[in-house]
Amino acid sequence: MRTVDLIEKIVQVGLGLAVFAAVIGLILFLADKAPKKAKDVVQLVVFLAPAIILLAIGLIYPAIRTSILAFSNKAGDLIGLDNFAWIFTQPDAVRVVINTLIWVVCVPLISTIVGLSYAIFIDRSRGEKFFKALVFMPMAISFVGAGIIWRFLYDYRPAEREQIGLLNQIVIWLGGEPVKWLQTEPINTFLLIIVMIWIQTGFAMVVLSASIKGIPTEQVEAAQLDGTNAWQRFVNVTLPGIRSSIVVVVTTISIATLKVFDIVRTMTAGNFDTSVIANEMYTQAFRANEPGRGAALALVLFVLVLPIVIYNVRVLRKQKEIR
Amino acid sequence: MTSTPVAAPIDTDVARPGTTKTARVKKRLTSRGATIVSLIIAVLWTLPTFGLFISSFRPEEEIKGNGWWTIFANPGFTLDNYSEVLLSSSASSPQLGEYFVNSLAIAIPATIFPLVLAAMAAYAFAWIKFRGSGALFVFIFALQIVPLQLALIPLLQIFSGILQPFQESVGDALNIPTSNYLQIWIAHTIFALPLAIFLLHNFISEIPGEVIEAARVDGASHGQVFLRIIIPLAIPALASFAIFQFLWVWNDLLVALIFSGGTSEAAPLTQRLAELTGSRGQEWQRLTAAAFVSLVVPLIVFFSLQRYFVRGLLAGSTKG
Repeated sequence: MRTVDLIEKIVQVGLGLAVFAAVIGLILFLADKAPKKAKDVVQLVVFLAPAIILLAIGLIYPAIRTSILAFSNKAGDLIGLDNFAWIFTQPDAVRVVINTLIWVVCVPLISTIVGLSYAIFIDRSRGEKFFKALVFMPMAISFVGAGIIWRFLYDYRPAEREQIGLLNQIVIWLGGEPVKWLQTEPINTFLLIIVMIWIQTGFAMVVLSASIKGIPTEQVEAAQLDGTNAWQRFVNVTLPGIRSSIVVVVTTISIATLKVFDIVRTMTAGNFDTSVIANEMYTQAFRANEPGRGAALALVLFVLVLPIVIYNVRVLRKQKEIR
Repeated sequence: MTSTPVAAPIDTDVARPGTTKTARVKKRLTSRGATIVSLIIAVLWTLPTFGLFISSFRPEEEIKGNGWWTIFANPGFTLDNYSEVLLSSSASSPQLGEYFVNSLAIAIPATIFPLVLAAMAAYAFAWIKFRGSGALFVFIFALQIVPLQLALIPLLQIFSGILQPFQESVGDALNIPTSNYLQIWIAHTIFALPLAIFLLHNFISEIPGEVIEAARVDGASHGQVFLRIIIPLAIPALASFAIFQFLWVWNDLLVALIFSGGTSEAAPLTQRLAELTGSRGQEWQRLTAAAFVSLVVPLIVFFSLQRYFVRGLLAGSTKG
C-alpha cells in the first residue's frame, strides 16, 4: 500500500466524520435559535427528520420498489407471477427453497438444544466464564472467516496423499476413504449448516444462561428437597422458567438463518446444490442480471420472515402484560 | 466444609459424597456425564479455529503437505504467511493491508452515524411529546422485519443514479477525491437505524423524567438536554450498541459486495477474503493467515468488551 493511498483514505474518513458532525451540530444549533413560537416543532423535526428521511429513502421506498420489481421482467414490464412461477417450478430454484427450509429447521433446533445443554451443564461450575467464552467466540467471527475455518476442516486430498483436512483424516483413521465433502450432495448442505450452528450456539447459550440465572434459587432448592432428580428439575422448574427466552432465541436464530448468505457464498458459492434463497437472490439480481427474479426471491424471504417476527412480538407482548 | 457432619436424608440410601446440605445447588447438575459432554462441546467448538490458527504459522510446504495435528512430527514456525498477505506488494499476493484500512474506514463511520442519528430519534420518541409518536415508533420498530435484501436493488439504483453524480460534482468543484465509502456508510446507517432506535429508546426512556424536566424548566432547549444530560447518561447503552454495530459492519459481506465496487479502493477485508477463497481456494498458507488478519479486530473487541457485548445482546433479544 502506498502512503499516498493511506493518507487519502484517512482524509476521506476524517472528511466524512467532520461533515457529519458539522451538519448535526449546525441543525442542533439552528434549532436552538428558532423563533420561540415554533421552537418545539422545529426541535422535534431536527431530532426526528434525519432518521425518518433516511429510512424513507433507503428502506421503505426500496422495499416497495422491490415488491413491484418482483412482478416485472428484465425490461421492467409487469409480467404477473412469472418470477414466482420460476421459483416454485424450476428444479434448480425449487432446490434452493428446499435447502432454505432444511436450514431453517436444523439450525435453530440444534443450536438451541446444544446451547441450552451447555448452559445448564456449566452453570455455576468452576471456570464458567472461560467455558462460555470458548463457545461464544464464534459469534465475534465473520461468516466469511468461519467459512474459511471450516473449509480448511473439510479439505479434501486424494487418498494416496496425506490429508490436511481434519474431517477426512478422521474418516481415514476410522478406516474410510476421503470424501470431497463440499461437492457431495446432499451432505454438503448439512456441512454448511454445521458452520451456522457453530456460530449461533454461542448466542443461544449466552441468552439462555442469563435466563437460567434469573430463576429463583429457592425454586430449585425446593424441588431438590422434594427429592426430584436433575432431569425432573430441568423439565419442571428450569424449562418453564426460561420458556420465553427460548422462544426469543429460536425466532432470532430462525430469522438469521433465513437470511444466511455469507457462509454459502464463501464455501460453495451456491454450487453443488447448496444454494439458499438469500444467496440465489444475490446471484440472480447482481450476477445473472435478472433483477425481477432476485426481487421475487427477496419477497419470498420477507414472507417467510414475517410470521416468525409476528409470533415473536406477540410472545413478548404477552410476557409484558404478565409482568 | 470438611468439619460439617454429613447429614444425608435417611430415605436417600445412595448417599453420594458431597451431597450434603452445604453442597447446595452448586453441584446440582455438574455430574460427571454433564462435565464430559460440556468438555466435548467446548473442544468441538474451539478445535476448528485452533487448527486454522496453528496452520497460519506453518511454512507453506508443511501446510500443504500434512495436517496441523502432526505439528510435533513436522515442526516448523514462520511469520512469512502474515508478512506475505499483509505487506507483499506483488500483484499475486492478497495485499490485505489496504483492505484492512478499508474495513476500519468503513466500520468506524458506519458505527458513529447510526449511533448519533438513532440516539436523537430515540430521544424525540421518549421525551418530546407529539401526536402520532407511539404509532410512528411502532412503525419504525416494525421496519426491522424488512430483510435488507428487499432494499438492495433500488438502493443501488438510487446511489448510482443520484448520489454518485452528486458526489462527483461536489468532488470536482472542491477538488477532493471521492470514493465508494460514502454509499457503504449510508447503506449501513440505514439498515442499522430501526434496531438502534428501538434499543436506545428502551434505555433513554428509562432515564428519570425529573432530571430532564428540571433542565427544561431552567430553560434548556432539547438540544442542550440531549447533549448535556441524555448522552452522558446513556453511555452504557451507546457502548453496547456501538460494539454490536462495529462487529456487524466489520463482519458484513453482502452490503460490501453490492456497494463497495470491489476494488482495493473501498472493499473491506471480508470481501477480499471471499474473493481469495473463490479464486485461490487451495492457497492455504495465504488463506489461513488472511483469515486471522480479519479475525484479530473482532476478537480483540470481543474479549476486551465482552461484558458490553453480552449486555447489548441480551437487551436486543429479551427486552420487549
